[in-house]
Amino acid sequence: MDIIELLISAGLWATVLRIATPLIFGTLGELICERAGVLNLGIEGIMTLGAMVGWMTVYQGGDLWVGIAAAAVAGMLVGLLHGALTVPLGLSQHVTGLGITMLATSLSYFAYRLLLPQISTPPSVDPFAPLGDGWWSSLPWLGQVIGQQTAPTILALVLVLAVAWVLYRTPAGLAVRMVGENPAAADAQGISVTGVRMLAVMVGSAFMAVGGAFLTLSAFNAFFFNMIGGRGWICIALVVFASWRPGKALLGALLFAFFDALQTRLQQMTGGALPYQLFLMLPYVLSILALVVMSRRAAYPQALMVPFRKGER
Amino acid sequence: MRLERRTETPAWLSLLVPVAALAAAFAISAVLILISGASVPAAYGAMADGAFGSRFAITETLTRAAPLMLTGLAAAVAFRARLWNIGGEGQLYGGALAAVWIGTAPLGLPDALLLPAVILAGAIAGGLLLLGPAVLKTRFGVDEVVTTLLLNFIVLLFVSMMIEGPMKDPMAMGWPQSDTLPMAAELPRLIPRTRLHGGLILALVAAVLIYIMMTRTVLGFEMRAVGASPRAARFSGMSTGRVMLLVALISGGLAGLAGVSEVAGRTGYLTLDMSPGYGTGGVVVAMLAQLHPLGVILGALMVASIFVGADAMSRAVGVPTYIADVLVAVSLLCMLTAMLFARYRLRRG
Repeated sequence: MDIIELLISAGLWATVLRIATPLIFGTLGELICERAGVLNLGIEGIMTLGAMVGWMTVYQGGDLWVGIAAAAVAGMLVGLLHGALTVPLGLSQHVTGLGITMLATSLSYFAYRLLLPQISTPPSVDPFAPLGDGWWSSLPWLGQVIGQQTAPTILALVLVLAVAWVLYRTPAGLAVRMVGENPAAADAQGISVTGVRMLAVMVGSAFMAVGGAFLTLSAFNAFFFNMIGGRGWICIALVVFASWRPGKALLGALLFAFFDALQTRLQQMTGGALPYQLFLMLPYVLSILALVVMSRRAAYPQALMVPFRKGER
Repeated sequence: MRLERRTETPAWLSLLVPVAALAAAFAISAVLILISGASVPAAYGAMADGAFGSRFAITETLTRAAPLMLTGLAAAVAFRARLWNIGGEGQLYGGALAAVWIGTAPLGLPDALLLPAVILAGAIAGGLLLLGPAVLKTRFGVDEVVTTLLLNFIVLLFVSMMIEGPMKDPMAMGWPQSDTLPMAAELPRLIPRTRLHGGLILALVAAVLIYIMMTRTVLGFEMRAVGASPRAARFSGMSTGRVMLLVALISGGLAGLAGVSEVAGRTGYLTLDMSPGYGTGGVVVAMLAQLHPLGVILGALMVASIFVGADAMSRAVGVPTYIADVLVAVSLLCMLTAMLFARYRLRRG
């Protein structure tokens, strides 16, 4: 296939948007946490838990949206734990986050094995159906791309706008940015630094979990071990790439997904002339390159990873 | 309620911290055992029996502890200098790959030099893998947590590429595994008819050497100074960048040695399922040891016995084996919390 033809095909961009969806949720979630000054390395585990809880809820007879909601609640609870350890207690956000990832991942596997002890092929559920035809069908090209998406992808896109609006246009968003930049000043204004940070981590973690649930309830229809496969860590790189801005986070996720989609097609085009592992490495190599390029002018939230204790410097 | 820094931490409290943390972790995990319908005493009994109950059990636990000591030391050394090396898993595989590569290459080395060459190759490979992120950190300000994490995936894919390609053992019936190390490149068995091998000696020697380095040498002092306050260290004329790079080489090298220990001691060849997460396990070990090099020995024994014991527990009472990972993760979080309360006291108002 001609490369230009490939680049403008609606099929490619429909795939890109699908691959990008969990990354959009995860990156937005991490962005919210970091904007409030809390690095959340629990993301990989929270996404795993979201994938498991969402899937399990639907498998036990729940509605698909109930599955999404259950994942969000599970994520929020883990966020509460991460927040409790890192915000009022001020523990190392790096090590705590890793612990959270280990805990959430192993709890997911434990629960999965407990409920389904002797199953070799993972049982499947009926996932979200593609949107298909609607008023958007009349749009040329874009109609085709939209028709192949499922509802959670649209939710992800709406959330990008919502998060941007809240962060830059509402007092709540101002409070979040303030506790991430200058907690002492926020405290002097009467803002509860602890409260805002806790809430931000809980909301952010809920987003991450929904990203995981997208994988089991839309992209695939079953839960597999290691199914997050590093997507969470990539979201952390994407937040830096996005300079902590929701719009750029969407752009980063799409760009990343584009290379991911291209990678599978290039693999087919080269017909096995190169080891497939080289293509699989691409996303990770690109993430590191993106970090190197962006870190030079990265405007980290000033209080990121700095615990705030009233009256202590 | 607020936290107030203690002026000094009494010795008894420092010693109580790991004990209290582990007790809490076992208590919390007991809830999961109850949920899965097993009896807690029976389950923990089976676990202890599986980890220490026989000569075989003890050697299995020690075999598991060896790589954990090395990855634990890797984390402890790096964390002391506030280099957040989360890439232990990748460095382990990098070390193992280099070890197998040197060990099976037609270099014509005399037998006596083969094992030292293999060990050195593994350590250098691990060190170089962490040097990259450390340079990116010191030169460009790229957060090393993300780069070391992402490198894990890159290294694993590279290993996969090598053992399915140029290093694939043609005798492995199509199974992706590397060529087997020659006998002269293998670490000796310590006890016949068990899997316990010289990797344990390697790990213990490393722990003692790192302890001496940290407490008795200028570099050890500089490392601790950089970790305690990079600004103050720079102010007093230390080159924090140089210290960081040395720390990276040492930390990565230790994790690489864990890979050497596994291929040259246990398996003889390299596969992709060689490590059940020794990299992240090392982080837990280091925290349980409160970053003390000799404490790492105890921490590694603890984590290894949880993993070995959990297999036995799972067989005996039917609790999913993932309980081991839960227990280890909860231990880490409890340990972090307990360490905090050793440094701070809770005050009303």
